Amino acid sequence: MSTDAVHSGTARGPAGPGGPEDIPGTAPGRRRPGLLRRLRRNRLAFTGAVIAALFVLAALAAPLISPYDPARADFGSALAPPGWSHWLGTDDLGRDQLSRVIHGARASMQVGVLAVALAFLAGVPLGLIAGYYERFADPLVSRITDTLLAFPFLVLAVGLAAVLGPSLLNATVAIGVSLVPQVIRVTRAETLRLKHLDYVGAAVASGGGDGVVLVRHILPNAASALLVQATVGVPTAIIGEALLSFLGLGVQPPDPSLGVMLSSAQPYIAAAPWTAVFPGLAIVVATLAFNLFGDGLRDVLDPRGATR
Amino acid sequence: MNDTAGSTAVLRVRDLSVSFRGEEGGDGDVHAVDGLSFDVAPGEVLAVVGESGCGKSVTSLAVMGLLPPTARVGGSVALRGRELAGADEKELRSVRGREMSMVFQEPMTSLNPVLTVGRQIGEVLRRHQGLGRREARQRSAELLETVGIPDPGRRVDEYPHQLSGGMRQRVMLAVAVACDPAVLIADEPTTALDVTVQAGVLDVLGALRERLGTAIVLITHDLGVVAHTADRVLVMYAGRAVEHAPVEDLFATPRHPYTRGLLDAVPRPGGRAAALAEGRRPRLREIPGLVPGLETQPDRCTFAPRCAHADGLCTSRRPLLQAPAGPVGERPDAPHTAACWHPLDVTGAPAEATEEAAP
Repeated sequence: MSTDAVHSGTARGPAGPGGPEDIPGTAPGRRRPGLLRRLRRNRLAFTGAVIAALFVLAALAAPLISPYDPARADFGSALAPPGWSHWLGTDDLGRDQLSRVIHGARASMQVGVLAVALAFLAGVPLGLIAGYYERFADPLVSRITDTLLAFPFLVLAVGLAAVLGPSLLNATVAIGVSLVPQVIRVTRAETLRLKHLDYVGAAVASGGGDGVVLVRHILPNAASALLVQATVGVPTAIIGEALLSFLGLGVQPPDPSLGVMLSSAQPYIAAAPWTAVFPGLAIVVATLAFNLFGDGLRDVLDPRGATR
Repeated sequence: MNDTAGSTAVLRVRDLSVSFRGEEGGDGDVHAVDGLSFDVAPGEVLAVVGESGCGKSVTSLAVMGLLPPTARVGGSVALRGRELAGADEKELRSVRGREMSMVFQEPMTSLNPVLTVGRQIGEVLRRHQGLGRREARQRSAELLETVGIPDPGRRVDEYPHQLSGGMRQRVMLAVAVACDPAVLIADEPTTALDVTVQAGVLDVLGALRERLGTAIVLITHDLGVVAHTADRVLVMYAGRAVEHAPVEDLFATPRHPYTRGLLDAVPRPGGRAAALAEGRRPRLREIPGLVPGLETQPDRCTFAPRCAHADGLCTSRRPLLQAPAGPVGERPDAPHTAACWHPLDVTGAPAEATEEAAP
């Protein structure tokens, strides 16, 4: 679907199969400036993208860049303030906060990405079907969606996690399921809009069946809206993970997670504020970065933007 | 209708009627098309003309089987003798784009913005002819050349936004004729294009008809396009055929007052100066009134309320398409018929006594 577009995009390059007349640069200004370029013009979005990328990199390379083992206790230096040996200080067991924040980011990203992927796997097909088969499937899918949306996101996630039992995997599933209604909503709305467009009608008139129309014509054109929804879904999932872990429904204590760190910092907030400040800051910065990136992406992908 | 034309027809429509179910508790059904019959032979261009809202587009969608499920379609649509009215969706899908295809009015929005034009043409080829990706791309480039797009080797990998409106309509034509369909329905294919581009697209249509022997149903309200392109003309009014004639006959001697009104409403060069010279107010002669609502298909002439020649007969009985008295047209194989109790003669005066000729 979107990979199709990417493939044909690369085929247009100078080495494309267009024959000798296909000289690059013969059609100046025909192509839209690249996505990255346009994103870079939007300062806030670009900053968000860079921070989000750093966050992802840190999560991926956590074992390599952490100065200490996040689980190693050192009672001799418990609750040490930030300093040269422990940049972000230590917690009540003398564990290095920087290492724990980095590993916590790993748990956050894991939940963020997996939960959003899960939500899309379930939500996109349902949204497509609900939007396309308006008469038959939509009433059922939309009533279920409405029911789920009646619960605030975090309440739904906490409820599901409580039912499933405390573990990182269950937290991921709970958050993923809680994100599904929003994904259905966005996909359905896009499908409803796109299915009345002329090129969808033209595809039907040239013999296209429902599958072709949905997968080749509607889904790729809904991709930009879905991509934005995905970038907005990640910070939501990160907050969800932090909350579930804080409540003891997600990552289980000795394992590091931003939520677990906040939870275990509670008794020491007055005496050692850094134990709460840094994981909290990490959640705020990561969430903000992804949201700015998502907003910027929305502006950049909007075809009514500056490119026309 | 005459059977000699019918036997060679590739598309044969008989007594087609379409109605849409009204809102529940509302004004009731809307009868968009009522008792329409026509034939199209291979290599022939049939123009369907009429004001907006007279059922032209609904007719084309009904022939393609593309109307929404709220529409009730009656009558017969036969493609090479195969009945399509009431055929199931699977059978229709195998016909659409392969044996019968359609070009829409809006070239700017009828192409998928995220697929290259080569892929959109290729999609039809791969679906109906089972070509591979590479062959489909090759054939797409050939088709682009057929429809008059320069540098097809490069254009085939371009996206719709890189093409102008006229080029996009040519691409739409390439999609439509990719599988050499027997019938091509063009629903106002040039309405959204400027005049120079229009001529180019019409030339492509003409060339396709000659090269491939495609039967073309051209839906339009542009009488200039009709004169330029069509062999026969079907004039529709309020969902019914009111006149059906070879194009020369229709323009030379319109029989139905509505057709006459349409022709009179075309602005002519020098018309303003001539009117002023004769001391008249320079204005186009429009047809007074509006197309009636289609809640009922009454048993009378639907044009009577707007017709200068209407009398009691017109408002009490429905006229059927028949050859009016008077000189026969130039083509005896394609008779000139009109649904009028008082068809106009060569001088434009209404005839008196068709009442006796009527059954």
